Amino acid sequence: MTTTTYSVTRSSQAARVAAILGALVLIALIAAPWWAGRADMRLMGELFLYLSLATLWNLMAGYAGLVSVGQQAYVGFGGYMLFALTMFGGLHPLAAIALSGILGALISIPVAVLIFRLRGAYFAIGTWVIAEVFRLGFAQVSALGGGSGSSLPVAIVKSLASKRAMRESLSYWLALGAAVLVVTAVYLFLRSRKGLALTAIRDNETAASSLGIDIWRTKFIVYVVTSAFTAMIGALIFLQKLRISPDAAFSVNDWTAFVIFIVVIGGIGTIEGPIIGTLVFFLLRETLADLGTTYLIVLGIVAIVVMLKAPKGLWGLIRSRFDIQIFPLGYRITKRD
Amino acid sequence: MDWLNAIVQGTLLGGLYALFAAGLSLIFGVMRLVNIAHGDLIVLAAYLGLTVTTATGIHPLLALAIVVPVMAAIGYVLQRSLLNQTLGDDLLPPLLVTFGLSVIIQNALLEGYTADPQKLSAGGLETASFALGGLTLGVLPVLTFAIAIAVIWGLQWTFYQTALGRAFRAVSDNQDIAQLMGLNRRHIFGLAMALALAVTAVAGILLGIRTSFDPSIGGGRLIFGFEAVIIGGLGNLWGTLIGGVILGVAQTIGAQIDPGWQILAGHIAFLIILAVRPNGLFPRISA
Repeated sequence: MTTTTYSVTRSSQAARVAAILGALVLIALIAAPWWAGRADMRLMGELFLYLSLATLWNLMAGYAGLVSVGQQAYVGFGGYMLFALTMFGGLHPLAAIALSGILGALISIPVAVLIFRLRGAYFAIGTWVIAEVFRLGFAQVSALGGGSGSSLPVAIVKSLASKRAMRESLSYWLALGAAVLVVTAVYLFLRSRKGLALTAIRDNETAASSLGIDIWRTKFIVYVVTSAFTAMIGALIFLQKLRISPDAAFSVNDWTAFVIFIVVIGGIGTIEGPIIGTLVFFLLRETLADLGTTYLIVLGIVAIVVMLKAPKGLWGLIRSRFDIQIFPLGYRITKRD
Repeated sequence: MDWLNAIVQGTLLGGLYALFAAGLSLIFGVMRLVNIAHGDLIVLAAYLGLTVTTATGIHPLLALAIVVPVMAAIGYVLQRSLLNQTLGDDLLPPLLVTFGLSVIIQNALLEGYTADPQKLSAGGLETASFALGGLTLGVLPVLTFAIAIAVIWGLQWTFYQTALGRAFRAVSDNQDIAQLMGLNRRHIFGLAMALALAVTAVAGILLGIRTSFDPSIGGGRLIFGFEAVIIGGLGNLWGTLIGGVILGVAQTIGAQIDPGWQILAGHIAFLIILAVRPNGLFPRISA
């Protein structure tokens, strides 16, 4: 008589292969300053920052059900904090980036208390109002250039690294580091107890609540943590740009519309989705950018079609066909002969 | 006297905001859809008005005779071909599809009309005014306010006195039972969106006569309309009018203190009301 034994695992062959490949790619990316050109490094740096924003937005919308169209509030806030803390606080840019994350978390607490009163789609527009309040508020601060904005003084830029090549490498590594940090943090969070609670809320709020999950508190934590990270990414974005203005810092198109399209096209509610979405987005942008506004129209149409025809996005299509998960979150039962 | 003037002007401005909000309120009431592209549709109506007035040379208010039916037709087609597919228990599809629509409309307008600010020319109406008890009132703001009251009264009448309104209320209460009673909810939703965009057309033309507009201002108009809806309380059209007035008065008082504070003061008034009365001042339905 033969017995079949089953084992419960989280990992899979595909995930292990992907992890090894991922590590190799990561090493190659870390070494980019030695093999990539300046323009490529700039582009990749931007890609990593968009990947971070998309992963964070996906955590809020795809898992916590907090669909925000106002994340530009924290991108802009982080950017302005970088400028204010370095220019008036005399902080080193790296310290300013870390501190802007903490300040982002602090300011998001009263904001959350207020806008969590709005449900569903009204929450979305409420977040937009907050972003507008931030934009108009910072436009009133004349020390930061008011409505026309200001540039980061040369001395502060030089304090990062005196040589231009070194600065560019450092800026690239910061962006890469941010993306790795954000993706890893979200992955580990979703594997934790709190992450399980969050996934339960995503699947059925009423059922999750009946199992004793504090929905408001879980969502609140996600909102505050996401805001803190988003503010840090915002600081990094404007460290690369070296110039800030209210309209650029709080742009709904740049920091929210694109991010939403990335997540929807890639696959909302998965960790892999934003990664694929970011790659597709940059591929489309680099090939269609000459078309200007037409490119944005195409992007909007693609997002609508994906939402209606394949609501789980490109990664959802891949996963339903091949049953693979690169970032293993759930458990699977495998048969051992 | 300056303050009294600010309050009166703000009240009249509130009429325009109530018109921004009425369409939003109507479709949320009937199908629980929040249309993120609403502001861009207002701007689209203003541009349609521009095309009609420049092509035919007629007065913008007469252009309503063309723009209103065109917008209503766009609304019906949009609802039946696209938005009906997004309705269901999941909140994400309608939100993301209307968000995509907003980006598409905005950039299509940019492509067709460029980013240059435009204005609808209404001749003497733009500057005409009359004196009333020491205040000078513009004819256009007073007319806008009167139109807002008429539109909201008309929507109320449609909702509570007509067969169409009964159908709206039926699908709003329970879609499945309404369907069993022989109402085609897809058609009813199409009619609701047509009616909402007809109101949007009026709002867009009045906006275009009052101020200059460009393709990027849709988001701001959506926010004003949304704030008026929330301040007034969900599902209450007269509440929406009061919400618009409160927003308008907050803005003109803010502008009276410091011109840079106009829009910010409106947002702050909204946030204060949200903090004190989360369901708005006169709620009728819960979201």
